[in-house]
Amino acid sequence: MMSILNAVLVMALLGVVFSLVLGLAAKVFYVYVDPRIESIADMLPGANCGGCGFASCSSYAEAIINEGVSPTRCVAGGEDVTQNVCSLLGISAEAGSRNVAQIFCRGSRNKALHLFDYAGAEDCIAAHVVTGGDKACKYGCLGLGTCVRKCPFGALSIGNDGLPHVDIDLCTGCGNCVAVCPRGIPRLVATSQNVANLCVSKDAGKTVKQVCQGGCIACAVCTKQCPEKAIRMQEKLAEVDPDKCTGDYVCVEKCPTGSMQKLFTAEEEEGTAVEVASPTAEASQTSEETEQDTV
Amino acid sequence: MGDYFLMMISAIFANNILLIRFLGLCPYVGVSSNVNGSVGMSGAALFVNVLASAFTWLVYNYLLVPFQLEYLRTVAFILVIASLVQLVEIVLQKTAPALYRALGIYLPLITTNCMIFGTAVLNINQENTFFEAVLFAFATAVGFSLALLILAGLRERFAIGKVPTMLNGFPIALISAGLMGLCFQGFIGLGQ
Repeated sequence: MMSILNAVLVMALLGVVFSLVLGLAAKVFYVYVDPRIESIADMLPGANCGGCGFASCSSYAEAIINEGVSPTRCVAGGEDVTQNVCSLLGISAEAGSRNVAQIFCRGSRNKALHLFDYAGAEDCIAAHVVTGGDKACKYGCLGLGTCVRKCPFGALSIGNDGLPHVDIDLCTGCGNCVAVCPRGIPRLVATSQNVANLCVSKDAGKTVKQVCQGGCIACAVCTKQCPEKAIRMQEKLAEVDPDKCTGDYVCVEKCPTGSMQKLFTAEEEEGTAVEVASPTAEASQTSEETEQDTV
Repeated sequence: MGDYFLMMISAIFANNILLIRFLGLCPYVGVSSNVNGSVGMSGAALFVNVLASAFTWLVYNYLLVPFQLEYLRTVAFILVIASLVQLVEIVLQKTAPALYRALGIYLPLITTNCMIFGTAVLNINQENTFFEAVLFAFATAVGFSLALLILAGLRERFAIGKVPTMLNGFPIALISAGLMGLCFQGFIGLGQ
C-alpha cells in the first residue's frame, strides 16, 4: 500500500513541478507573435513553393506583417488568396493577369539534331555541366526532366517529343522550374500574351537551321510583317512586345520554322494551331500529336 | 581517460545507435533525403540527447532510486524528456531566435525519438556516472549524425543517378541502409 502511495506521490510531484516550470517559462519567456501572422499563414496554400521569394508560406506571412511585404506575391494561391489576405489587412487588392510557365524550346526528338545517345545522370544540371547534352543546339532543352521533378504542383511532364509540357491549369507560376533550369528554357509568361518566339538560341540563323528545324533562324520576317511593329530582333532572336501585340497572328503564319507560336489557344483552335505549328514537310505525325498538347 | 575514449568510439561506431542498436530509425529514413535537413536533425538530436540524458540521470538517481521506484523509470523518463524539450523550445524562442529557427521543426520532432529514450535507459543499465552519461549521450548522438549524414549524402546522389524504377526512392534507401549496417558490423571487435 505504502509503495503505491509513494509511486503516485512521486509521479504527481514530478508532474506538478514540470507543469509549474513550463507554465512559468511560458510567462517569463513569452514572445509576442502577431495573431494575424497565423491567420495569414492559414490562408496561404501551404505548398511552400517559394514563388513569393520566401522559403515557406509561414515566413512569407511573417514578412507581410513584420516587413510590410506586398500581399500579392503568392502566385500559387492566385487571386482568391490575395483577396483574402488583403481583406484581413484592410487594403484593396490589385487585379492582374496570371503568369504561367511556358517552354521556350521546340527542339523535339525529330526536329533537333542529336549528336549522340546520352546515358549519363538523369538530370539536366549534370548533363549541362558535363557533356552539354546530346543535342547539337547548345541552347535547347535537355529534356531530362529536372524542371518536372522540381515542380511542386505536378504541372510539368515530359511528352513523347522529349520536351516538357506545361499544364496551365495546374501551373501556378511559382517559378521553380525557371530557377532550376540550367538553360533558361521555362519562362513565366502572362496568360494575356498572344504569341511568343519559343526559342532561346543565340546562334546565327545558319547554325540554328543546321541543328534544329523548330528554332528561330533570325530571318526577321515577323518583324517586317507585324502590322503593329510589336516584334524586334534582339541577339538573333525575335522578341514580342506583349503591350503592342494585338493578336492578329501574322507572325505565326509567316514564321518559316514555326518558332513563333500562339500561346494558350490549344483547346479553342486546335486545328489551326497544329497546322501553323508544323509548316515544314518534315514535321511528322508524332510531332503533330504532341504539339496539340504543347501549344 | 582511455576508458572514456573507448566508450566514445564504441558508441559512435561499434554500437552505433542507428545501425547496430536499431533505435531512432524514423529520422534515418524520414529526414535523410537531403543533407541540409539531416544537418538540422543532427544538431537537434545532439542537443536534446545530451540534455535529456543529464536530466534523466538526475531524476533516476536522486528521485526514483531513493523511493525504490526504479520500475517507474519509463513513465518518469517520458515525462522528463517531453517537458524538457518543451522548456528548451520556449527558452530558445526568446533568448536565441536564430538557433530556434535553425533547429526549427526538428526540435519537437526529436522529443519522441527512441534514441533519446534509449540513451537514457542505456545510461542506467550501464550504471554510468553522471559525467559518463553525458559523454555517452554525446557520442551516441555523434554516431547518429554520422550514419544520418552518410545516408543523406548517398540519397542525394541516388536522386540524379540511374536507379531501376522499381527500386527508386525508399527501396534503394533501405537497401543502402542495410549495406551500411553491414559495414558498421565490421567495427564490432574494435571497441567492445
